[in-house]
Amino acid sequence: MSRANLIFAALLIIAIPLSLLAGRVWVDPGVTPNAAAILAELRLPRAVLAVVIGAGLGAAGAAMQGYLRNPLADPGLFGIAPGAALGAVTALYIGVASAILLPLFALVGAGGAMALLALIAGRTSSPASGIALFTLAGMMIASLAGALTSLAISLAPNAFAMSSIVTWLMGALTDRSWTDVMLAAPLTLAGLALLWLAGRDLDAMTLGEDAARSLGVRPSRLMALLVLGTGLTVGSGVAVAGIIGFVGLIVPHLVRPLTDKRPSSVIVPSALAGALLVLVADVVCRILPLVTELRLGIALSLIGAPFFLMLLLRMRRGLT
Amino acid sequence: MMLEARAITIANRLDNVTTALKHGEITAICGPNGAGKSTLLAALAGLLDVDAGEVLLDRDPLAALAPRKRAQAIGYLPQSGQVAWDVSVASLVALGRLPHGDAGKFAIASALAATAMSDFAKRPVSTLSGGEKARALLARVLAGTPRWILADEPLAALDLSHQLTLLKVLRAQAENGVGVVLVVHDLAVAMNHADRVLVLDEGSVVDDAQPEEALDVATIARVWSVDARWLGDAGKRALVTGS
Repeated sequence: MSRANLIFAALLIIAIPLSLLAGRVWVDPGVTPNAAAILAELRLPRAVLAVVIGAGLGAAGAAMQGYLRNPLADPGLFGIAPGAALGAVTALYIGVASAILLPLFALVGAGGAMALLALIAGRTSSPASGIALFTLAGMMIASLAGALTSLAISLAPNAFAMSSIVTWLMGALTDRSWTDVMLAAPLTLAGLALLWLAGRDLDAMTLGEDAARSLGVRPSRLMALLVLGTGLTVGSGVAVAGIIGFVGLIVPHLVRPLTDKRPSSVIVPSALAGALLVLVADVVCRILPLVTELRLGIALSLIGAPFFLMLLLRMRRGLT
Repeated sequence: MMLEARAITIANRLDNVTTALKHGEITAICGPNGAGKSTLLAALAGLLDVDAGEVLLDRDPLAALAPRKRAQAIGYLPQSGQVAWDVSVASLVALGRLPHGDAGKFAIASALAATAMSDFAKRPVSTLSGGEKARALLARVLAGTPRWILADEPLAALDLSHQLTLLKVLRAQAENGVGVVLVVHDLAVAMNHADRVLVLDEGSVVDDAQPEEALDVATIARVWSVDARWLGDAGKRALVTGS
């Protein structure tokens, strides 16, 4: 096990039990009434979901940065998260947003974005233009899904629907149950496995596309692994928690200096660190004494943006 | 062992190119800008689809070979010299083992030794000079122990001493039976260091012979439109231009 994996796995093992105790009500298992029920039915599924979603976003970010050979890449670039969000917003718009239907609509949205991406970018004959086409197609899908989401908000039938859409889009893990875990965890795990399988090909991509192909990389296989892997991890994450930004962008940056910087060695620790980040951020959301709970998506952006700026400043000074 | 191009045509880039490359030799591909040198090299490496004709490796069509098998046989060094992440030299060279799917410690150590990069193994690539980086990238190809090394202008942007170091490494590979194919701009390098020279012009083979014959002044005048003379003895020639 590499150093980075050890560090983040150890921190995660410490953080998970602590996170169960923390919240608006601090649970003391011996004293708090209904402690067992609170832990098993409220806090534990929420913690598991935070870990699952964070792991998916972290790994997807690391894989995307490896694929595009660009530290500024983010899983959102593929248009899968906006596609999933559009699906969920459609469910809210037409008023069928039950605990099961909303995530299912989101998964259909993610699947639609993936299919569109594969259809547009999957048949390119020239591998040199493949990545550019892929990225542009992803950005256009993201723009289209974003525009349709805004349209749904502006045409919302009533103020309640509008507010529920806007709130949902901010991303949160409030009141999530084991049903959400059952939905997101298997899909995310499958996605993580696919991203992990892409690791060696991503290492070869370090040398550029031609050299990667000369090393036996098949671009179509790599693209399929990434579209499916990112689609499953990010899509299922959005389906149960809404849009949660920044994790896929920041986490690989945090992790990379602790590794030998090969994309394959960044993926697993990024999954662990992503899990840790979302778990901690969700705890912060719970314990802040605000009137209503801070939305997780907002909290992560509030933590993430200044942190990222600091990172950029350090990079500019050449200290990293 | 043979790597052959049989009447390969790629629209607007290569026109009916036939050549048979031999192992144990250094073959230089020369020609003016836009002659199709890099295209031919990439086609020989199996990286381009040809519109007509075929590339054969040991008489089997290269296109039918599994990418991994092809990668084990042919090492390709692109011109870009791109290394996207600041990995260590050891990690960079280890990428050469990807087609084999093993750690290949011995092959990596040999490749580092052959390029005099053993002492740099732990250094991040970003701290290397241009010459050191070129050696590290060549070591990456050597680590895959390919039977063919196809390199696109490996000497470009290198100073004289680094050019000679790299050529020495490639010559040693050829002496071990590896087929070495280089795209070369410097005609004197091709003249003095290649066993054979393939001259391309506008996508077609103009000459395919030993250097003294392929790069005679008449060919240079015709293909490059330059009046030039060779000075010195065979193997130590210098090209002078102008009257």
